[in-house]
Order: sequence, then C-alpha cells, then structure tokens
Amino acid sequence: MAIISYLIRRILTGIVVVWLVATLSFFLFFARPVITVARQLAGRAATPQVINEVISNLGLNQPIMTQYWHFMNGLLHGNLGYSYFTQESVDTMIKQDLPPTLSLVIGGVVIWLLVGLAVGIISATKARSLFDRVANVAVLIGLSLPVFVIGEFLILVVFVPLNQHGIRWIDTGYAGPSQGLSTWAGHMLLPWITLAATEAAIYTRLIRGQLLDTLGEDYIRTARAKGLSERRVVFRHAVRAALTPVVSQLGVDVGTLLGGVVVVEYVFGLGGIGQVSVEAVSQDNLPVIIGFVILAAVFVVIANIVVDLVYAALDPRVRIT
Amino acid sequence: MSVTEVEFEARGAQEGQTVANVEGRSQWQLTWRRLRRDKVAMTALVVIVIIVALAIAAPLFVSLTHHGPNVAFPDTGEDAVGNPVGPMTNGFWLGSDGTGRDLFIRILYGARISLFVGVVTTMVASALGVSIGLMAGYFGGLIDTLLARFTDSVLAFPYIVLAIALAAVFGPSLTIILGMITFFSWAGIARIVRGQTLSIKEKEYIEAARSLGAGPFRIMFFDILPNLLGPVLVIATLYIPAAVVFESTLSFLALGIQPPTASWGNILAEATNFYQTSWWYVVFPALALLITTLAFNLLGDGIRDAMDPRTERLIAARRSLRRKKRKAAKSAPVASPSTSTLS
Repeated sequence: MAIISYLIRRILTGIVVVWLVATLSFFLFFARPVITVARQLAGRAATPQVINEVISNLGLNQPIMTQYWHFMNGLLHGNLGYSYFTQESVDTMIKQDLPPTLSLVIGGVVIWLLVGLAVGIISATKARSLFDRVANVAVLIGLSLPVFVIGEFLILVVFVPLNQHGIRWIDTGYAGPSQGLSTWAGHMLLPWITLAATEAAIYTRLIRGQLLDTLGEDYIRTARAKGLSERRVVFRHAVRAALTPVVSQLGVDVGTLLGGVVVVEYVFGLGGIGQVSVEAVSQDNLPVIIGFVILAAVFVVIANIVVDLVYAALDPRVRIT
Repeated sequence: MSVTEVEFEARGAQEGQTVANVEGRSQWQLTWRRLRRDKVAMTALVVIVIIVALAIAAPLFVSLTHHGPNVAFPDTGEDAVGNPVGPMTNGFWLGSDGTGRDLFIRILYGARISLFVGVVTTMVASALGVSIGLMAGYFGGLIDTLLARFTDSVLAFPYIVLAIALAAVFGPSLTIILGMITFFSWAGIARIVRGQTLSIKEKEYIEAARSLGAGPFRIMFFDILPNLLGPVLVIATLYIPAAVVFESTLSFLALGIQPPTASWGNILAEATNFYQTSWWYVVFPALALLITTLAFNLLGDGIRDAMDPRTERLIAARRSLRRKKRKAAKSAPVASPSTSTLS
C-alpha cells in the first residue's frame, strides 16, 4: 500500500508544480505590453480604434487578476484558450499536433535506449577492442554535434540523393500510421535516428563507464569463480547494478529530450507541438506558447515519477516511502 | 633519519644523483607534463588556438577578400539562376551563401559569436557555481537544502521551453542567450563544488586555519577554493562546447542571434533551402561547429585525464606492456597474444 500513498503524494506535488509553472508563465507573458500583440494582429495600417477593438475582443483590457481567474478557470476545465490568429482552440491544436510528437518520442526513445545499451555493454565487455575504439569516436562526435546538424546531415547525405534517384520511401514531413505503417516508418526513420543519436551517445558513454567499474568488483569475481557463464555474469549480475545510475540520469535528461523533439520536428517539418510553438514565437501567439509550456511541465512531472518508480524497481536498496 | 630515508638517499647516490637534485613539482606542473604527452589533447589545443586566431583575424580576411560579412554580391556571388557559387569561384574561398554573401567570412564572424558566448557564459557560470557551491558545502543546513533543491530543479528544467518563453516575451537577443546559457550551466558546477567542499572542509588544515582566526570567507576562497580549481577547470572546458551547441541551436530555431548578424546556427538555418544545389552551404558551417566542439571536448577529456594521478600509472603500465611485447616479439616471432588488459 506504500506505493499507492507514494503515488498520490507524487501526483499532488506534481499538480502543484504544474500550477506554479502555469501561473509563472501567465504573469511572465502578460507582463508584455498588449499593444504590440494587438498591433501585429490588426495590421500595420490600423487606426487606434481598430487596435482598441482588437484588445477588447481578446479580453486583454480587463484587470490582470480577472484575466488570471479566467485563465485558471479555463485550465481547470481543460481549456487552454484560443489562438490569437486563427481563433482555433489551443486544445484542438494540441490534439492535432500530438501524433507527430508522440510518434517521434516513442520511436526515438526506443532506438536511443536499444543502441545506447547494446553499444555500451559491448564496449565495456570488449574494452579496448576495435569495436570499443570505433564506438568511442562515434560517441565523441555524437556528443559534439548539435541535434539539428545531425538532422541536416542526414537530409543531405540520405534524403537528397535517394530522392534524386527516385526513391521516395524516405521522406520529410509527417505521415501518420493510418496511411500505412511503411509510409509512417519511411517518414519517421530519419527523425528517429536524429533524436536518438545524441542521447544514445551520452548513454553509451555512461553505461560503458558504469559497467567497467562494476565488472571490476569483487562480487563479479565471485560469480565467475562459481563457474557461471560469462553471459550470466554480465547480464544478471553486472548490468543490473550498472543500470541504476543510468536510470537516475534519465530524470535529468527528460528536459534535453524535449529540446531534441522541438529541434527534430523543426528540421524535418513534422509539424508537431514543438514546431508549432516555435513558430508561435514569431507571431506573438501567446496562448499557444502557454499551452506548450504547461504541456511540457506535465510531461516532465510524469516522466520523473516514472523514472523514480523504475529506479526503485531496479535497485532493491531503494524503498518507496 | 629513518631507514627508508637512508635507503632512498643510497638509491639516489647509486643512480648518480643526490637527493638535493630532485626538485618538487606542483600539481599544475605535473598536470601540464602529463597533458603535453597526450597527443590528442595537444592537437585539440592547437586547433583551438587556430580557431581563436581566425576569429580574431576576421576583419583581416575582410580586407583581403574585399567581402564584408553582411554585404551581398549579386554579380559575383550568384550564378545565372541566382544560386550560390561554389568554393574557390569568383574569389569566394568557401563559396557564397543564398544571398550572394561570402560564406567563409560569415563563418569567421559566426566563430566570434560562438566563442564569445561559450567563453563568457562559462566564466560567469563558473564564478556563480563556485560561489554558490562553496557556500552550500561550507555552511550546510538550510542554505544547503535550498540550494540543492534549486539546483535539482534547474537541472531538470527543459531549457528549450524557457528559450521559447523568453524569446516570446522579450524578443530574441544576445543578452537573453547569454543569460539563459549561464542560468542552465551554473547548477552543474555548483553541484560538483559543493560535493568537494563537503569533504575538504573536514580536513585538518581547515581546522588549523580556523583556530588561527580565519573567517568563513577567507577559508572558503583562500583555503578551499585553490584545491577545487582542477575539477572546475575540467568542467569549464567541457561547458564551452555545450554553450556553443546551445547558442547555435537557438539561432537555428530563430530564437537566438538574428540575421543579418552571422552565427553558425542561423547560417545553417538559411542553408536548409539549398540542400539540392549547394552542398558547401551546409557542410562548411557544420564542419566549423563540429571541429570547434570536438576540439574543446577532447581537450577537456585530456585535462581530466592529466589531473588524475592514476593516469601516470596507466601510461607507465602501457609503456611496460609495449616493452614486454617488443621483447617477446624479439625472442619468439610467434608470440602468444598478451592476455593482460588495461582499464
């Protein structure tokens, strides 16, 4: 039952965090003079009357606490407000833009963890082999390159030549799984690799280092002395112990992952939540940006709870209380 | 005189030198000696010096090529259909960009921005991180708890979200980039400094300093800080490339340095429309970024290894292994592969 009370407590603190983020971003955004927003909406040649009309239509002339009350009231009812430009509900926009983002995150994280784990484990068990050296160089390059450069590089050396030779399976832009799994994978393959590359590099390095340390411990020697097979020693005894610091790093990396998602969507024109909110910046479309910020906060909170649960499951010394 | 000292002196005499000739070396001298033997790190250092020199000399290249960083040359810098010209044509060393400007000159000016952002944010973040980490580690208690919580939240905060929010409120600018990167960098340094301070403050010489009447600030900054400079130097070298990547990403997303001012990020963003025709437009700025960040990362790794006293033993062990192998190869041509591994 400890786990249920733990979960309830974490969810409650999570809600407080999201509320704080929402409030902070609300006041940060509305500290900005409304006149600039209105002027952009009304067009360059707008008369002061038109601008005033725009301001009152958006409800921006009300006292700030009244606006905050409306905002919070809407938030509690699951309403994030409306885009300044298209009058579209931000909820609908998020619902529309969520599939590309989710496709990207799920595929990218799977590739990142698989590659990071596999390469890290092989590198550590075959330390100083050719594989290890090549992997080390790849890791360094992966760590040194920004995500968007990896994406542009893949477009330049994979997408452009294939496209010029009439092979259109690999493509930019987004196509959902409903248009056929193969089409979906073809559109998502390069974004997945791009998103996974940097993170996989970080985790390969981390897992290699941890596993090398663990393999030097006495209990590993004991396990070998017992006559266990090398595979059993590595996977049952060493990897599990080496994974705990890796999992705690996951919680810190949720933010980095989000940044990667925004960049990858932007590079490949996937049109997910990240890309839409970056584009909202140049339009002063504040409700859309607030929606994105709140969604990001929810994502970080949930991801951290999951990471802590996984951590407790992996490391028997950690008790959930 | 104890037995070991006698032995030591005797051995010194045997090798034809007196003990008086053995000079003491400081930690920094030892580190520098080890670093100098690390070929990769020294290459990285040379590359960094070249990049810095090129960035400083950017105006020199402008007068050499007569191409200003933000000046378009529609006559020489664009071909018949208005596409960029390739490398080494019409006096454009690395080709021209989408509006007929000199790509080489723009990359040089981009280097100035990148290095400036990297160095300034790292210096400010180090100063902040060191002071905060020292105070948290030294005073402990409530200050420590508050700082630890705050550090944790900064480390877990998605930077891109704040970047989008700040760019939306204040409009993108260099000041915001500097502030943001610093804000996200100091916490990591503070964490390391705090950990080191916790262990150093229990040492006897700190107690001695306190008994002589030294105040907390004197102890923190004159007695503890010098022992922390090593780890801080390593992490600072690794934060510079991170800041360079950070800045270029923001500029790529149009949340950072705004055109026409050149930055590697916004050059690469402009290049996206020319994938099909002009490979150099993407390749050269990307290469500049890769070489810079790789050089700093390799140098940082090298300094970390050089600071680590275990490295000395590792190098010695590797050398003796090589000697053994050579001897084995001499005595028996078909020598069995050595089974001893290092790591």
